[in-house]
Amino acid sequence: MEIPKSFLGYKRENGRAGTRNHVIILPVDDISNACAEAVANNIKGTFAIPHAYGRLQFGADLELFFDTMIGTGKNPNVAACVVIGIEPKWTKRIVDTIAKTGKPVEGFSIEGAGDIKTIMKASQKAQEFSQWASEKQREECPLSDLWISVKCGESDTTSGMAANPTVGNLMDKLEPLGVHLCFGETSELTGAEKVCATRGATPEASEKFMKTWSDYNDFILKEATNDLSESQPTAGNIAGGLTTIEEKAFGNFQKIGSRKFIDVLTPAEEPKKGPGLYFMDTSSAAGECLTLQAAAGFNIHLFPTGQGNIIGNAIEPVVKLTGNPSTAINMKEHIDLDVSKILKREMNMDQAGDELIKTTIRAASGRLTCAEVLGHKEFVMTKLYRSA
Amino acid sequence: MVSTDIILHDEKDNVGVVVIEKITPNQECSCWIMENNKSVKIQSKNEIPLGHKIAMVDLKEGDTILKYGHDIGKVVKIIKKGEHVHVHNVKTKKW
Repeated sequence: MEIPKSFLGYKRENGRAGTRNHVIILPVDDISNACAEAVANNIKGTFAIPHAYGRLQFGADLELFFDTMIGTGKNPNVAACVVIGIEPKWTKRIVDTIAKTGKPVEGFSIEGAGDIKTIMKASQKAQEFSQWASEKQREECPLSDLWISVKCGESDTTSGMAANPTVGNLMDKLEPLGVHLCFGETSELTGAEKVCATRGATPEASEKFMKTWSDYNDFILKEATNDLSESQPTAGNIAGGLTTIEEKAFGNFQKIGSRKFIDVLTPAEEPKKGPGLYFMDTSSAAGECLTLQAAAGFNIHLFPTGQGNIIGNAIEPVVKLTGNPSTAINMKEHIDLDVSKILKREMNMDQAGDELIKTTIRAASGRLTCAEVLGHKEFVMTKLYRSA
Repeated sequence: MVSTDIILHDEKDNVGVVVIEKITPNQECSCWIMENNKSVKIQSKNEIPLGHKIAMVDLKEGDTILKYGHDIGKVVKIIKKGEHVHVHNVKTKKW
């Protein structure tokens, strides 16, 4: 198949392109959720991204919080952003950093004003942003404007046999075209970590990966109260035939095809070494991983599943594929691409990769994904430790 | 093409994955090896559902299970060729 050269995206002020044109109402902290949701309820064409944190965090955990909030606002899928927090200082830090992209952003703090007056003022601004964004048109963008993140979930043995290598095939075909790519799930590479490390494009990248994996593994061993049975692999993985973390890891690893990663990113860190494949240190929990990848600037996500994970994301469209024929039938409404014919040998990996490229470009150009149509807007902060 | 009941990733693998709804005891199964496109046969001993693994050889305690050509865990209970391989007879070498 000749790979299309472009997709239809929204060109942003900073040179990036969005696959979506969201106007978001971003609460800085848990107690500002109500206000943000009220604004989103008032003003059509906007939505709020409520979450549970943003108070009394400190140190590295606070920095990750800021990176996640700011990165979400900066993502090119976001046209404009209203930020609402209880206190002015943290609100301002988020607003000022998002503003560097050149996109419209305005902050409001509730303290001293109360919810009702803040809702009124923020709603007026949100209305302005919503109407402004509604006039934006999709334009032809080079494929290199795609920043594709990947993560698998509710995996089973069909994931490693069909859906994950399909993503790998897509990576092999799209990386030479200048696309940014990102995989994560540090703990889920356990058992395959040494093989994964050999995929570093430089000795530095390999070493950085091994250190990142070892640190995460040490943390798991320190906190674990049992052998992690029912956590890694999960009960769903085991029902689907996966026996050990090693088996899950080698299946997971199929997602990067024969690519090499050029750098290892910290959670939510924006890639800075140009196009190519990046590894990001993330949890293997889908909500957390996707939120971090979206905050790093990735604008479309590919999610292979076996037993049927239903995850979406607040700002990144999530394209789901499965190689499990039962899941493809029984959970049809969640599956954007069925590659189960691979198991019957009625479809080869090359064909499956081409189908996924087509599905990805359609979704990037505006076709709503199953997760979007079903209202999945998961946004889950990664918390490193307890707040003060 | 003969229909495929079981797929192996790598020629070195000592387990295969059932890719039909289930295989029944004493079924003559067709296996396909992805890596080299070869086909082999195996007789099943148990009922094994879709996605679950079958032993391609006799395995004893302490043996290493190979899938994708790599170590994915150790045998903790003797497994006969054609038997179901899962959490009851294989454990991780990690955690």
